[in-house]
Amino acid sequence: MKFIVNNKEVFASTGGRPFDKQKPLIVFVHGSGLSHITWVLQTRYFAFHGYSVLAIDLPGHGYSEGPSITSIEEQGKWIADVIDAVGMKEASLVGHSQGCLISMECAQQFPDKIISLGLMGGAGAIPMNPELLELAEKGDPKAVDLMMDWAHGPSGHFGGHPVPGLHHINLGGSIVINGSIKDNLGVDFRACDNYKNGFEAAKKIKCPTINILGDKDRMCPVKEGKKLAEVIENSEVEVIENCGHMILLEEAGKSLSILKKFIRKNHPPQN
Amino acid sequence: MDSKTYKFDTLSLHAGYMPDKNAGSRQVPIYQTTSYLFDDVDHAAALFNLEQGGHIYSRISNPTVAVLEERVSALEGGTAALATSSGMSAIFLAIMTLCETGDHVVVSSQLYGGTVNLFRLTLPKFGINATFVKPRDTEGFKKAIQKNTKCIFGELVGNPGNELMNMPEIAKIAHDAGIPLVIDSTYQTPYLCRPFEYGADIVVHSLTKWMCGHGSSMAGILVEGGKFDWMQNDKFPSMTKPYEGYHGLSFAEEFGPVAFTMKARAEGMRDMGPCLSPQNAWNVLQGIETLSVRMEKHCSNALKMVEYLMNHESVAWVSHPSARDNPDYELAKKLLPKGTGSMIAFGIKGGKEAGAAFINNVKLSSHLANVGDTRTLVIHPASATHSQMDEKTLKLANMSQDMIRLSVGIEDIDDIKNDFENGFRAARKPKLVANQ
Ligand SMILES: Cc1ncc(COP(=O)(O)O)c(C=O)c1O
Repeated sequence: MKFIVNNKEVFASTGGRPFDKQKPLIVFVHGSGLSHITWVLQTRYFAFHGYSVLAIDLPGHGYSEGPSITSIEEQGKWIADVIDAVGMKEASLVGHSQGCLISMECAQQFPDKIISLGLMGGAGAIPMNPELLELAEKGDPKAVDLMMDWAHGPSGHFGGHPVPGLHHINLGGSIVINGSIKDNLGVDFRACDNYKNGFEAAKKIKCPTINILGDKDRMCPVKEGKKLAEVIENSEVEVIENCGHMILLEEAGKSLSILKKFIRKNHPPQN
Repeated sequence: MDSKTYKFDTLSLHAGYMPDKNAGSRQVPIYQTTSYLFDDVDHAAALFNLEQGGHIYSRISNPTVAVLEERVSALEGGTAALATSSGMSAIFLAIMTLCETGDHVVVSSQLYGGTVNLFRLTLPKFGINATFVKPRDTEGFKKAIQKNTKCIFGELVGNPGNELMNMPEIAKIAHDAGIPLVIDSTYQTPYLCRPFEYGADIVVHSLTKWMCGHGSSMAGILVEGGKFDWMQNDKFPSMTKPYEGYHGLSFAEEFGPVAFTMKARAEGMRDMGPCLSPQNAWNVLQGIETLSVRMEKHCSNALKMVEYLMNHESVAWVSHPSARDNPDYELAKKLLPKGTGSMIAFGIKGGKEAGAAFINNVKLSSHLANVGDTRTLVIHPASATHSQMDEKTLKLANMSQDMIRLSVGIEDIDDIKNDFENGFRAARKPKLVANQ
């Protein structure tokens, strides 16, 4: 669905069900250069089981009007604006990668708005490889190839998409390429690299939080994810075996069942 | 710093499969089953509602077939693929996924004869009509587009005349009109050309041909490029609007770069069902393992045959994009740098009668209705593959009565040439030796 946030048009997938203000809200926040498409194997379940879902396209990404927002702090604030814009008071957030940083920022800036936090492939800081950052800022497609290489574990490189016939690396790459490498991926990578407030934000988070990590994640390794989890007061950790950074797709089924249990407990659905 | 994602030859062997967790099977297992156990009622419901990935029933998907689909996606650089029981069913499914009754398509006039009949006779029964344009007439494709046109369809190298479509320019024409370009890339395989790199949006293959390569199995596939934006206009309501068949699902909104494949599977496989058998999928996978080495040899043998035929006294003309005097020579160099394929069309002096004598007297070369076998194949299209086309359509396809279509195999080149010598000898005196 399309709606207006801060005078700009925003697109969010509602998981195949009309948005319903009566149901508890979950906002899904995608990673660098990506879009709502990455969440399709989580959103449909929640939308059909008692929740309202918004898998947003960050400004400038997917079908949302640009430009991209340049800092994680402002992106965190923007998520709160989204919740207001759809007329809701509170939500659970689920983030992937950069989306974790954004969700953490939102939760620390607006503690009363955020009921629970699901972090997939998160870390307290996501410093970028300088060469990758430069390639992305120049709009070089090589940045996408490198990102897809590092982001995927064995199933991305060999095969075994949970949805028959889909190809992990080419699908991920096409989401980034269909946007703008320079204006989405470049801006996002720079925002991640600049962001230094992760651990401070994490200390202030009071809502229940789950960290879902992939043991083959080369972008946000398990070690970094666990370091973050230690700082968050009310948090738990689940590590998925043989899984890279694209947890939400590589291990869509396992990550969904972990998320299901966590959200249903901390933010019960409307039956 | 370079990406370490696997390259073409490695993907031909490995893409789509990691050794089986249960038995450690190095080779892809053949999942000879119709159906798959659900964990519980919720799991079944989630699969049926596309909330979760997985297999339900082998008409919709099968784990062996899925390995083939991922492998071909990997080789083509596509986001997703859907394998079918034959090349024809892949083409039919592509059109049924894009078009509604009352729609129109612009089609190259040089196509496999079965495909011509599909567009000329069968699809009109569903209210889908086609305008045929000669493959080299780039502007003609533009002029033929109507308000209700939903795609441009063609074979990069036309069948059987070997004329090229200017794929990059025709892709631009399609995109300016807000419609996708669908390319039948059977003759090229991803080894010779990856059409997504030149603007195609959907690639179809008859895997029956070079991909399987051994003349053993029927199969087809649809591959999606992932760049076409279905939401850019209102031409594809069945892709962008809520679909009643899946609780109001919008394929484009939820699946974006794989929307076409998801719809072709969820609707097409569910309702029409041209599924590929796991055994045939496995046979094709065997073929793909050696795609590069076979294609190299097919192409090098083809070049030698072009030279041989061009210098032969019994040959009136030769059409192959590698020939310097071919109007497509430069375009072929650009689009097909690794080789221009192993299909050669040539005219035999003495017309139809000489052609028949030639075909009846070659022995090593097989006279049959297929292409892309490891073995050398010959046929006289006007009396076989394209015999159901009327005069007008034959003319549009630039097909003459003296044309022989040759699919060069990977035998020793001297043996192929010696075999042809026998054929040509008979063709020079058809009355004496015909039908021996
Ligand atoms: C270029 C081309 N496309 C499609 C087909 C049809 O494929 P199949 O025979 O696998 O149905 C053929 C078959 O000859 C072909 O040559």
